[in-house]
Amino acid sequence: MTRRRMLKSGAGILLALGGMLLVGWWQVDGPGAADPDIARPLTITDMSFALTDHEGTSVGPETLVGKPSMVFFGFTYCPDVCPTTLSDISAWLEDFGPEAEGMNVIFITVDPERDTVEAMADYVSYFHPSVRGWTGPGDEIARSADGFRVRYEKIPTDSGDYTMNHTASVFLFDETGRFSGTIDYHEPREFAVPKIRQALEIPSEEPV
Amino acid sequence: MRKSNAMMLAVALTMSGTLALADEPTIEVEGAWARASIGVSRPGAAYLTLRNTGEETETLTGLQTDLAMMSEFHRTTTDDQGVSSMSPAGDIEIPPGESVLIQPDGGMHAMLMRLTRPMIEGETFSVTLLFADGDELAFDVPIYGIASRGPQTE
Repeated sequence: MTRRRMLKSGAGILLALGGMLLVGWWQVDGPGAADPDIARPLTITDMSFALTDHEGTSVGPETLVGKPSMVFFGFTYCPDVCPTTLSDISAWLEDFGPEAEGMNVIFITVDPERDTVEAMADYVSYFHPSVRGWTGPGDEIARSADGFRVRYEKIPTDSGDYTMNHTASVFLFDETGRFSGTIDYHEPREFAVPKIRQALEIPSEEPV
Repeated sequence: MRKSNAMMLAVALTMSGTLALADEPTIEVEGAWARASIGVSRPGAAYLTLRNTGEETETLTGLQTDLAMMSEFHRTTTDDQGVSSMSPAGDIEIPPGESVLIQPDGGMHAMLMRLTRPMIEGETFSVTLLFADGDELAFDVPIYGIASRGPQTE
């Protein structure tokens, strides 16, 4: 009997250990891990930049502390990736409903030359009302991109204009400004939503 | 040929059997849509899915529309650093029995540059696809809102 009980508790300990290993794997190497090739953004409070939102208000890293945040870089002359991502973000926010109302949702331009405050205001008005558009002088945009570890580059096009290559990931931060995760371009909804849930610190609905 | 046009098919079928076979519509356009634009200064994007119901690979070489002075198919790629870029897709092959998604999910779009008029939600515009064998396929594309996610959510 005693021996059997010991075996049982031994199995229990093994199971618990296995569970911990699984959680560890999920966060370090599994789907819950940040892509090792992609540099992680700094903690918001370690960033330094001064921009203007689409209503003309001065904003900076301090604006993002106190609420969970979702931050995405792009430009309004972007025909495909940016409207697709902003549409995805709008749909995720609609899914959450009131739970996401307290979230900062920020679209920062990598093309301040064309994306004035007015252009940003016009553009974000077509998406979810939570989406805020930030722009500013080129050097401040560069400082913000540096903090988020975002890369961007101006590319001339055949039509005589230019387009921008840019990091298209959506970055998530908790309310203290700590980086909480990345949603990649086109990441399916079933992966994106739990990551937002984590940033919002809403307990998961699905059994773990 | 590949025009999914009942009249053309009827004309083709009245001709010799082999010609009728060669002229059977082999490319079907599904889920065509475009996003509205803000004015004409920004480039627009249109999307469609092409299905090859024929026996041979078809090669899409480009498109034309009076809505834009320049238009071409672009491919969006994201590198291992998460950086997205666009480049001309070049010729697009559609193998028999397969579909090619020129959709946000498929990583391709029709880039409409130097718009001649604004793309207004609720309107449609005509697009002609050009194929390597000289065939053309014309159809109308509906314009949805800027924040649209495609026909499945409209």
